[in-house]
Amino acid sequence: MAQEQSRQHPIRLYMVAWGLLFVLSTFSYLVDYLGIQGYPRWSLIIVFMLLKAGLIIAIFMHLAWERLVLIYVILLPPVLVLVFAALMASESNYTILSRLTFLGAGS
Amino acid sequence: MTASMERPASDPSLRPTGLRGVAADLSSDQRAFKNVSWGKAMMWIFILSDIFIFGCFLLAYMSARMSTTVAWPNPSEVFALTIGGKDIPLILIAIMTFVLISSSGTMAMAVNFGYRRDRRKTAALMVVTALLGATFVGMQAFEWTKLIGEGVRPWENPWGAAQFGSTFFVITGFHGTHVSIGVLFLLIIARKVWRGDFDQERRGFFTSRKGHYEIVEIMGLYWHFVDLVWVFIFAFFYLW
Repeated sequence: MAQEQSRQHPIRLYMVAWGLLFVLSTFSYLVDYLGIQGYPRWSLIIVFMLLKAGLIIAIFMHLAWERLVLIYVILLPPVLVLVFAALMASESNYTILSRLTFLGAGS
Repeated sequence: MTASMERPASDPSLRPTGLRGVAADLSSDQRAFKNVSWGKAMMWIFILSDIFIFGCFLLAYMSARMSTTVAWPNPSEVFALTIGGKDIPLILIAIMTFVLISSSGTMAMAVNFGYRRDRRKTAALMVVTALLGATFVGMQAFEWTKLIGEGVRPWENPWGAAQFGSTFFVITGFHGTHVSIGVLFLLIIARKVWRGDFDQERRGFFTSRKGHYEIVEIMGLYWHFVDLVWVFIFAFFYLW
């Protein structure tokens, strides 16, 4: 049965994923250690974060071997959080603009 | 009706794949997740709801940080440790990250040995995972003590925007609670594995139902999720 096969991965697969997570974590720490600033910093942080999250979800949580319906039901709803993030970013811009305009800068 | 729709639902290898499979599974009778037990499906749905909780925390943090007119404290300096007379930025958080990732690695191997019905290795790896988790919580307690000693409060801190303290305590506190509960959960299941409950099909104390090695995988899902949340906290709170 396909399900039984999916449970019997060699230990090596987890070791490789573990090693990659270590390397990626080192890279994301180096972003701070080397003092990279601005857009390169933010994009590197996001890239390493997504790669690590992908490895954990796909390999460690076995989602890569689940049926497509479970993958969609779990992964699609969190994408909507991005819409929420966009709304709040816009709202925050409005808030800081009001604070700077009416409350005086830096107070 | 296509022939594939009338095949027995109990054998997922006979069900359609791809998007057609998604539609067939979601519109099918009785259960949508064909080859996933109720326990595993419920853990996934719990994880989905927890994703929204942590998502909202991180969004609140983003809004606070974006809308404050006061400078945000530099996490790289706030979380620096002096080791051997040298200031190393963010070093404690980096070590905590490695500890948690290692615990995820041992947990993944415990799940693997669980399905091979290797009782001793599974229990041992789960105990190692619990120890690494406890180490993580211990380091977090050290970090909290250090920051509180330096004057960080939910309403003020010596370096800048007051929201730094409130978001820090809520986000890392909630995550630390998740890790602590995970450690307890791990130890309880590890004890059952060690005792051979799942080999002898011993009935549970609370539910009177027979346990299976699948609980190790369900436990693993929770533990990996805790690690997953830390990836996002590390990126957005500590590195940003």
